[in-house]
Amino acid sequence: MFARLARIFRLGIKELYSLRADPVLAGLILYTFTVAIYTVASGAKFEVENAAVAVVDEDQTALSKRLRDALLKPFFKEPVLIGADEVDAAMDSGRFVFVVSFPPKFEHDVIAGRQPTIQLDIDATAMSQAGNGASYIQNILIQEVLAAVPGAATTQPVNVVIHAMFNPNLNSAWFTSVMQLINNVTMLAVILAGAALIREREHGTIEHLLVMPVTPTEIMLAKIWANGLVIVVAATLSLLVVVERLLGVPVQGSVPLFVASMVVYQFSVTALGILVATVSTSMAQFGLIVMPALIVMNLLSGATTPMESMPVWLQNVMQLSPSTHFVALSQAVLYRGAGLSVIWPKLLALLGIGAAFFLLAGLRFRKALQAAQ
Amino acid sequence: MSEPAIALSGVVHRYGKTRALDGVDLAVPAGCMAGLIGPDGVGKSTLLSLAAGVTRLQQGNVRVLGGDMAQAAWRRQVGGRIAYMPQGLGRNLYPTLSIAENLDFFGRLFGQGAVERRERIAELLAATGLAPFADRAAGKLSGGMKQKLGICAALIHDPDLVILDEPTTGVDPLSRRQFWELMERLRARRPGMSVVVATAYMEEAERFDWLAAMNAGKVLAIGSPDDIRRQAGETTLERAFVALLPEAERGDAAPMPDLPRVVHDGAPAIEATGLTRRFGDFVAVDQVNFRIEKGEIFGFLGSNGSGKSTTMKMLTGLLPASEGEARLFGAKLAGGDMATRKRVGYMSQAFSLYAELTVRQNLVLHARLFEIADVEGRVAEMLERFDLADVVDVRPESLPLGIRQRLQLAVAVIHRPEILILDEPTSGVDPVARDGFWRTLIELSRQDGVTIFLSTHFMNEAERCDRISLMHAGKVLAIGTPEELKRERGMDTLEEVFIAVLEEAGMGREDGEADLRERPAAPAHVRRFDVGRLWAYAWREALEILRDRARLAFALIGPILLMFAFGFGISFDVEDLPYAVFDQDQSAQSRQLLESFEGSRYFETRPSIASPDELDQRLKDGELKLAIEVPTDFGRDLLRERQPEVGVFVDGAMPFRAETTRGYVQGIALGYLADAQLRTTGKETEPYPITIEPRYRYNQAFKSVNAMVPSVIVLMLVLIPAIMTALGVVKEKETGSITNFQSTPVTRVEFLLGKQLPYVAIAFTSFITLVLVARIIFDVPVKGSLPTLALGSLAYVLATTGFGLFVSSFVRSQVAAIFATAIISIIPAVNFSGLLVPVSSLSGGARLIGLSFPAAWYQPVSVGVFTKGLGFASLWFNIVVIFLFALGFIGAAMVALRKRSA
Repeated sequence: MFARLARIFRLGIKELYSLRADPVLAGLILYTFTVAIYTVASGAKFEVENAAVAVVDEDQTALSKRLRDALLKPFFKEPVLIGADEVDAAMDSGRFVFVVSFPPKFEHDVIAGRQPTIQLDIDATAMSQAGNGASYIQNILIQEVLAAVPGAATTQPVNVVIHAMFNPNLNSAWFTSVMQLINNVTMLAVILAGAALIREREHGTIEHLLVMPVTPTEIMLAKIWANGLVIVVAATLSLLVVVERLLGVPVQGSVPLFVASMVVYQFSVTALGILVATVSTSMAQFGLIVMPALIVMNLLSGATTPMESMPVWLQNVMQLSPSTHFVALSQAVLYRGAGLSVIWPKLLALLGIGAAFFLLAGLRFRKALQAAQ
Repeated sequence: MSEPAIALSGVVHRYGKTRALDGVDLAVPAGCMAGLIGPDGVGKSTLLSLAAGVTRLQQGNVRVLGGDMAQAAWRRQVGGRIAYMPQGLGRNLYPTLSIAENLDFFGRLFGQGAVERRERIAELLAATGLAPFADRAAGKLSGGMKQKLGICAALIHDPDLVILDEPTTGVDPLSRRQFWELMERLRARRPGMSVVVATAYMEEAERFDWLAAMNAGKVLAIGSPDDIRRQAGETTLERAFVALLPEAERGDAAPMPDLPRVVHDGAPAIEATGLTRRFGDFVAVDQVNFRIEKGEIFGFLGSNGSGKSTTMKMLTGLLPASEGEARLFGAKLAGGDMATRKRVGYMSQAFSLYAELTVRQNLVLHARLFEIADVEGRVAEMLERFDLADVVDVRPESLPLGIRQRLQLAVAVIHRPEILILDEPTSGVDPVARDGFWRTLIELSRQDGVTIFLSTHFMNEAERCDRISLMHAGKVLAIGTPEELKRERGMDTLEEVFIAVLEEAGMGREDGEADLRERPAAPAHVRRFDVGRLWAYAWREALEILRDRARLAFALIGPILLMFAFGFGISFDVEDLPYAVFDQDQSAQSRQLLESFEGSRYFETRPSIASPDELDQRLKDGELKLAIEVPTDFGRDLLRERQPEVGVFVDGAMPFRAETTRGYVQGIALGYLADAQLRTTGKETEPYPITIEPRYRYNQAFKSVNAMVPSVIVLMLVLIPAIMTALGVVKEKETGSITNFQSTPVTRVEFLLGKQLPYVAIAFTSFITLVLVARIIFDVPVKGSLPTLALGSLAYVLATTGFGLFVSSFVRSQVAAIFATAIISIIPAVNFSGLLVPVSSLSGGARLIGLSFPAAWYQPVSVGVFTKGLGFASLWFNIVVIFLFALGFIGAAMVALRKRSA
C-alpha cells in the first residue's frame, strides 16, 4: 500500500516537471486565473449597469429634463438625445437597449392630471438586461414624477420592504467572479489531464509505464493529484487575490470548506478529462468532444442562468454533470454561508460522479491504448 | 565534371550552443549517386535540409543546381526540381490516405494535370510493384512498402536532384536490397538525375559513386569509396571510416568479446507456445513457438510488419494474446503481475522516455518506480556504465539518437531485470555507437546472466546472437544458431539466408519491372500563386476528414445537439420560483395579500414557515428563493391605516434572479394595492400621475428562446470551426509531414487557404443545418434578409477557421493548440459577444476583448437578421469588419508559419 502511494507520488512529481517544461501552458493557466476572471467579472455585468439609453424628448420642459437626468450612472450610460425618426435605426443597430420617449405637452398633461403616457422601447433580444432594466426605468420615472409633482404622492396602505439576502446590493461581480473561477477550473482540469494523457499515448510513454510495476489506476491517480494540485492552488490564490482583493468581493462563507470541496470537484472533472481521452482516438477527436462538453458544463450548470429556468428534462440531464453540483455547492458555501451539514449531499454526488468517470476511464484505459495504435 | 549539384562554402549551423555544421565547404557532384556517411548527430541531416531549402541558412553560402538558396526567388524556382525525403520511415506521407491518393497529392503540388498524374502514378506504381496495393492506406503498409511509396512521391515530378535522408534506416535487408535495385533502375532511365543520400550503413555506401565522410560538423574525406579506403589504408569502408575519426572517438578498438554462454539450469526464461494475436481479421502473429534459455541472447529478425513488435508486446503483457500462451520464468504471464514486471526490462521501438525530463530525472523516476533501495547510487552507476555523465542535465529531445538509445537501455536495466526485451534497440544508431551498445549487452548476458530478446535489421548484430529466428507475416520461418542456419542452406552470410527464407515465403514478389518513360523537363517557370497547389492541400485535408467519420459526425451533429441544449437551457425567463410565507397574522387580510402570490406563474408555493429561524435556514439551504414575512396584527393595522410593513426576503446569491424576482414582487404588490383600493373605495384609481407603456421590441413575448437561438449560432460557429482547424498545422509539425510544405513550391497562402477550405465548407454546412433547426424546431423565423445572413456567416466562418489556423501556426504542440484555442475562444465568445450581456453594456477590458474577437461583430448580424428583420444596408459594416478579421487571422498565421525551420 505504501509502495503504491509512493509510486503515485513519484508519477505525479513527473507530471509537475512536465508542466513546468511547457511555458505556453503555464502562461495560459496564469491568464485564465487572473485576466480572464477580472475582465469577465468587472466588464460583463448581468445587473443593469452601463445600460445604453436614448431619449426622445418632444416635450423639452423642466419636467422632461428632470426625468431625463434621473437616469443616472452607474445604472445607465449618459442618455443620448435622438429624434423620433431615429428610434428604429438606433435600436436596429443595437446601439441602445432602451429608448424613452416623452410625448409633446408631457409636463402640461401631468400637471393637468391627464396621465400622459411615456413610451419605453426595449430591445427584448438583450435578455439579461431588458426585463430588469425596464422595471428600473419605470420605477425611477414614477418616483421622480411623484417627487416633482406636489401632492401627487399618495400614501400606500402597505409598506412592502424587499431585502436581498446574502448580497444586499445585488452586485453581479460577486456572482460572476466566483462562477467564472469555477468555469475556468472546469476548463483547465478537463483539458490539462485529457490532453496530457493523449500526448503520452501518442509518444508511447504510457506504454512504457505499463511494462513497469505501475497500474493504470496509479497513472490516473497521479495525473489527478498533480494537475489537481496546480489548479486548486492557482484557483485558491485567484480567489484570495483577484476575487477578494482586486474585485473587492467579500467572501462570506468558509474558504477552507470551499477549497476542500474544490479538491473533490477537481477529482471528478479531471477524471472526466481522462475518460474523454480514453474514448477519443486522436487529439482532433478529443478537441471536438471536449469543446462542446465544456460549454455545456459551463453554461447550463446554473453558473450563468438560473437552473430553475431550464426545462425539467434538461435539469435532470445536467445532474450528471459535476459542475451543476459544484456550482450549487459553491453558491451555498460562499454566499449563503452554508456548512458541511447543508452541502454534504452535493459533495457525495460529486464523489459518486467522479468515481463513475474514474472507473469507466480505468476500464477503457488499456483498450484505448490498443485502439489508438 | 559539370557544375556541382550542391555546393556549400563556409556553412555554419548552430542549434543553441551546439554547432551542427562547423564551417563546411563541399561540392557534391551532379549526375551521380552521392553519399554522406558518418555517425549520428554529425550534421548530415542539417546539411541535406539546407540543400533542400527546408532549413534557414545561418551562415555561409549554399548553391543548389547552380543558384543561391539564400534567395527566395531561386528557392521557388528550384523547388520544383528537387525532391526531398526526410528521415524517418514514411514521415512525409499521410497515413489515412491510400497509396494512389498520396501520390496524387504530390502530383498536384507540382501542378500536374489529371491526365498527367494518372499516367505518372500508373508508371511509378508499376515500376515499384506497388500497383496491386494502390488503394491501401499508407499507414497500413509495411516498412519496405512505405519506403517505396516515399520514393514514388519523390520522383513524381521528375526531379533533377533527389535528396534522401537515411532512406533505409529501420528497414529489413530484403527491402533494402530491393530499394537500391529500384534506385539503380530509375537512375538508368534518367542518367542526368543527381541523388544525394545520407546513410549509416557502410555496406550501402560501398555502391555509391562518390562519398563525403563527416564527423562533428566537418567533412573528413571525400572521393569514391575506393579513394576513401585508400586514404585510410583499410580494406572495408566501415573500418576506413573509423580510422579517419579522431582517436578519442574511435570507440573500443578491441574485438567484440566472444565469451561463451553460461548454461543455467531450470525453466526457460521465455517460452511461447502457439502464441497468436489477431486485430480484427488481420492475423499479426500466427502460432508462434519458441523457448529462450536463461542467459541467452536471442535475435528476432524479419521484415517490417512481420509481427516482431506485436510478439514482444505480448511477452511484456502490453497486449493480451488472442490464443496460445507465453511463460516467463516458467509461469504463465498474467496482466497485473507486478512481481514479474520487476524482473523484465523493455525498450520499445520508438523513443518512449519523457522528453521534458532531464536524463537524470528520467533515471531517478524509473529507479523510484521500481523501488530500488539505493536510488542515488544506482543512478550514478548507470550514468557511469552507459557513459551518460556528460549529459546528465540535458533533456533527451536535444540528444543524438545514439545517446538517446543508450539512455533507454540504461532505463531498461536500472532495476537489474533478468530478462531484457529490446525492440530494434539499434535502429538508426551509427556503427561506433552500436558496437558500444553491444559490448554492454554481451556483458549483461555473460556476466550478469541476463536473458536478452531483441529484434534487429543488422546482420552483423544477428551474427552475435546465440540463436536467431526469422519471422515473416506473423509466422516463425526458421530458428537456430547463426551457424546452423547458414550450414543448413549452404550459404556464407546470414543476409543471404535471410533473403532466401523471405523470398521462399513469398515476400518481394510485388517487385515490378515496368519501364519509366523519359519526359520533357518540368516547366521552368513556377508560378507565385497556383490554385492547383491550394486545391492539393484542400483535397488532401478533405479526404482525411472524410476518413475520420467520428470527427465528421461530431463536427456536424455536435452543433445541432448543442443548439437543443442551449436553445432550451440558456434561459433568462425566471419562473417557478420556490417561495414560502411566514404568516404571523393569519387574518383575512394577510391571506388576501398572499393569494396574489399563489396565483402567479412566477412562483411556486412551498410549505409555510413557522419561525424566524426556519425562514433563515430554508433560505440558506437554497430550498427557498423567496420568503414573505407578514407581521402579527397586519390585518388590524391595515384596517387602521397604520401602514403595516411586509418583509420580503430574496435570495441574492444569484443577482440576476434576485433582481428579476424583485421586479415580480413589486408588480404583484402594486396589483394588490390597486385591488385593495378598489375594495375600500369602490372605484378604480390610478396611483400615479403618469403611465408608462413598455414595448418589448423584436421579441414581443419576451421569450429567451427567440433571442438565444440566433446567439447560439454565434457560439457554435466560432468554437467548433476553431477547434477543428486548431490542429491543422501543428499536427503536420508533430508528424513531420510539414516538410512537404517546406520542400515543394507550395506557398504559405496556398497551404493555409487549402487547409482552411474544407473546414469552411463544414462550418457553412453546419450554419445551414442550424438555421433549419432554428426555423423548424424552435420556430424562430428569419425575419430579415437570408442572403445577408449567409454572407455574414461565410465571412464569420472564414474568420473563425482562420483563428484556429493562426493558433495552430503559432504553437508547437497539439496539446498547446487545443488548450490555447479553447481558452482563448471560449471566454470572449461566451462572455463578451452579446450572448449574455449586450455588447453596448460591456466596459473596460471586457469591451476591448469583446470587440477584438469576431463573435461580437457577428452577433448583431445573426440576431439582427433573425429577430429584427434587418438587411444588408444595416449590417454591411459588421460584415466588412468580420472579413477584415478573416484576413487578419490568415495574415497573422502566415507571419507565424515559417516556410523554413530554424
